[in-house]
Amino acid sequence: MAYIFQQALNALQLGSIYALIALGYTMVYGILTMINFAHGDLFMIGAFFCFLLAVHLKLSFVPTLLLSMLGVAGLGVIIERLAYKPLRNAPRVSAIITALGVGLFLENFTLALSPYPKHIPPLLENTTWILGTLSISSLQIIIILLSLVLMLILDFIVQHTKAGMAMRAISWDKTIVALMGVPVNKIISLTFAIGTGLGGAAGMLYGLAYPVIDPYMGIIIGWKAFICAVVGGIGNIRGAMIGGFILGAVEILVAAFFPSTFRDFVAFTLLLILLIVRPYGILGKPHPQKV
Amino acid sequence: MVFLKTAWHALKKRWHTLTDTRYFWPIFLMAGLAFCVAVDTFGFVDLYLQLILIYLGINIILTVSLNLINGYMGEFSVGHAGFMAVGAYVASLLTVHGLPAGVSVNFFFPLAILVGGVAAALVGFLVAIPSFKTRGDYLAIVTLAFCMIVKSVLENIDAVGGPRGLLGMEKLTTLPWVFFWTVLSLWVIRNLVYSNFGRGILSIREDEIASDLMSVNSRQVKIIAFVVSSFFAGIAGGLFAHALQFINPRMFDILKSTDVLIMVYLGGIASISGSIIGASIYTILLEILRPLGVWRMVLMPLMLVLLMIFRPHGIMGMREARLFTPLRDLATEKLWRQKKEGAPDATP
Amino acid sequence: MKKTAMLIPLLVVFSLSLFGCAKEDSSIIKIGVIAELTGDIPAVGASCKNAAELAVSEINEAGGVQLADKKYPVKLIIEDNAGKADQSASSAQKLITQQKVTAIVGPNASRYALPAAEIAETGKVLLITPWSTAPKTTLDSRTNASKKYVFRACFIDPFQGGVLAKFALDNLKLKKAAVLYDVASEYNKGIAEIFKEVYEQNGGTVVAFETYTTNDKDFSSQLTKIKQAEPDVIFLPNYYSEVPLQIQQAKRLGITVPFIGSDSWGSEELLKLCGTDCEGYYFSTHYAADAATEVTKKFIASYKAKYGTTPDDVAALTYDSFGLLWQALQTAGKNDRQSVRDALAKIPQYEGVTGNMQFAEGSGDPVKSAVILKIKDGKFTWFSNARP
Repeated sequence: MAYIFQQALNALQLGSIYALIALGYTMVYGILTMINFAHGDLFMIGAFFCFLLAVHLKLSFVPTLLLSMLGVAGLGVIIERLAYKPLRNAPRVSAIITALGVGLFLENFTLALSPYPKHIPPLLENTTWILGTLSISSLQIIIILLSLVLMLILDFIVQHTKAGMAMRAISWDKTIVALMGVPVNKIISLTFAIGTGLGGAAGMLYGLAYPVIDPYMGIIIGWKAFICAVVGGIGNIRGAMIGGFILGAVEILVAAFFPSTFRDFVAFTLLLILLIVRPYGILGKPHPQKV
Repeated sequence: MVFLKTAWHALKKRWHTLTDTRYFWPIFLMAGLAFCVAVDTFGFVDLYLQLILIYLGINIILTVSLNLINGYMGEFSVGHAGFMAVGAYVASLLTVHGLPAGVSVNFFFPLAILVGGVAAALVGFLVAIPSFKTRGDYLAIVTLAFCMIVKSVLENIDAVGGPRGLLGMEKLTTLPWVFFWTVLSLWVIRNLVYSNFGRGILSIREDEIASDLMSVNSRQVKIIAFVVSSFFAGIAGGLFAHALQFINPRMFDILKSTDVLIMVYLGGIASISGSIIGASIYTILLEILRPLGVWRMVLMPLMLVLLMIFRPHGIMGMREARLFTPLRDLATEKLWRQKKEGAPDATP
Repeated sequence: MKKTAMLIPLLVVFSLSLFGCAKEDSSIIKIGVIAELTGDIPAVGASCKNAAELAVSEINEAGGVQLADKKYPVKLIIEDNAGKADQSASSAQKLITQQKVTAIVGPNASRYALPAAEIAETGKVLLITPWSTAPKTTLDSRTNASKKYVFRACFIDPFQGGVLAKFALDNLKLKKAAVLYDVASEYNKGIAEIFKEVYEQNGGTVVAFETYTTNDKDFSSQLTKIKQAEPDVIFLPNYYSEVPLQIQQAKRLGITVPFIGSDSWGSEELLKLCGTDCEGYYFSTHYAADAATEVTKKFIASYKAKYGTTPDDVAALTYDSFGLLWQALQTAGKNDRQSVRDALAKIPQYEGVTGNMQFAEGSGDPVKSAVILKIKDGKFTWFSNARP
């Protein structure tokens, strides 16, 4: 029993990080119908910003978190302006390939600067509580709670503020919304900033939970988070959160009850089946195509 | 300046009359094959260059086969490395373990490659089925998951070496063989795309529902496209395995799929000449830029991004070299141009 | 436009043939290095490159390699294989036919060393891999006989797995082991399986044999399973970037048993990344910095002076590969591929940074001992030697 609870905690932790990254994908997709494949690498940059701030500037937890988020958000906006804006009217796949190119550029640039993996010093006091055979670490709890807080803030922004309303409006129809007096470019930049900022936060939390970071850490996580976003229904924020927790749960639980060599295989097959059963994702709505 | 222009046009015209003749292609291809056999037998070309040309041929096959799905059919498939893996492993297992007694391995090689291609085609058929229901980005997930599943399965089967990979292949991939398979793949796909059936592939890209209404059997078209595409990916995989003499699952992960994607979009979607150009530039540029060391891999994606911004469809996006366009299409183009210019005697 | 676009690939191919060929220069010795500078293990490639440059600058400062009666300077040509097997092969081919090197050092990871080794064997050029421990690298895959031109500077996995299993049983007297290894990596899987075999043959039981895939960072699920199996010791034959995470997560789950590791722990980075969590654990590797011989101490000092960090095992083995090369060249007396290879095979005893080694008759694998190190006070300290 305790074993299951232990694994459930592990699943929650992993799931919340996947969810944070998936949110970034979904937000950008909802607005621009574009898959930002550089998102996984922005997540990696978030972890590296955390490293630079914590080790070279010796800041503590909260300022590092805020500055990393701001840094990645800023970088996200710059990338959007330079690389994605010119392609807004181009076919979607060109934008996707550009995103892949940006991602590769970020990875190899970070690698060229320093190939050695880096260690993030513990910025939080980590106490472990032992209840019988169960051990709960405070770091785990903080990560889960912080992710939930960030997601709630995001939900609030999107549902209850004017800017959020503009974001939702743009995802319906870009051209008409511009006629309604909404500054489309500014809102798009804001969306990117928030989405990538969340990715950066995920990077830092991930770096705290697994303190060894390297330039290639974003690739597989990025693709997995993309799958989470799609499984939850791409474009749907709540769906991305659910998708993240589902993948986290599937990965941990498969390794818990089956031989761990089958983990990737079973996890991806389950996701595939889920997509075949519900092709638009869990919370996704089929877009009726007008002929 | 004007002299250069007229000289250029005169040359172009001469070239066109040459390539439009009946026997241009057979003679050109025979000459090419003879050259490759000569290089292979007498070895007057540097081994390094030969290796690069072999890689080039394999990349062309991969690019043109992915272009069929991503470019001509307008889907977004990222699982090409998975098909390549299937072809590579099946072909390698056949030549290493499945060699029938008394048969020379050189004689068996084309058969092994073919069987690898067929195996990959069967897998392609399986992947095509979910593509009926899913749209756009969901197909990306299906093919992505497929690619990861193939890698994971291969890592777990110790009989094919698991993560240690498969060894023991002879260096059977030679320049003539690569030339043969490259030409075959280009020929098949080019003819498929310009056939009546192939127009169905293009129409699915433009508007799937409308083409359904226009009696294009989209299911059948999708299946055939996927099967042909994965068949050639499998062939490329088999050739790759026998050039390297060693394969392991890690070679066929999502990064390999990304490489092929880049070649397709670099050269230009929906274009045979684009596929050739994209594969050539990518393969050769990577080798030429070696002196840059680490910065080579920083420069490549940067150039790709710049290219995408200024030419979103790729270098030859949606256009085709006159060399590959059938005469009937050229005649139609000429007709339209004449109509636009208002020529009174536009004879069909 | 379309026609010129078609000509581009042809022009590029021909231009490649023009500038590629290196001029025959008999007054210098050219050595090629294939390193993983980009790709999935850039840290390994960086160490290899550093050690190579150090070795070459040292010999050039002394005027060059002494061949017969003249000294020849060495030119180092470094190629990046970008973490791809096909680029390993093309780098090797380029070094052999275009750059016309006398010998090649590298690549390091077995999965990249194998394709390059095939090319070197066909091209009859000496190739020394510093770090590839998989047995197949020096064996002909069809006949299982030794390759003639491929050598390595390190011991092989079967030897190492056995050493660790016996160490756990005989020295630490721990009879129940659990293993956590990367199923997608041939090195980890190979050592894990050999460890299990030797351990069980000698009376131990492996109570848990868990796996993960490369790049995984979360091992909580597998470690929880291991905890349930109640081992006396946990074996982690994994890379130094993964081990700290595994140990820290294990401790967070309340696991208190000791850990042991293999030569993949052998980088100082492990200590940086692990902090105090790795205190008191043992692992096998190629050399011990503190039980150092004069040769080793000098190497560590020069490396530290030039690069600011203590060299890891990749660097030490690369340095030794070059040392072997210099000795072979001097014995051969001429800058000829075949003579260098023959001289290398016949070296009676080479005292390297990573210990004494020699190549057995007809084999590319050196006979050398392993050392067991213990992590004490945040440093690697020598514990014992394990002779073959």
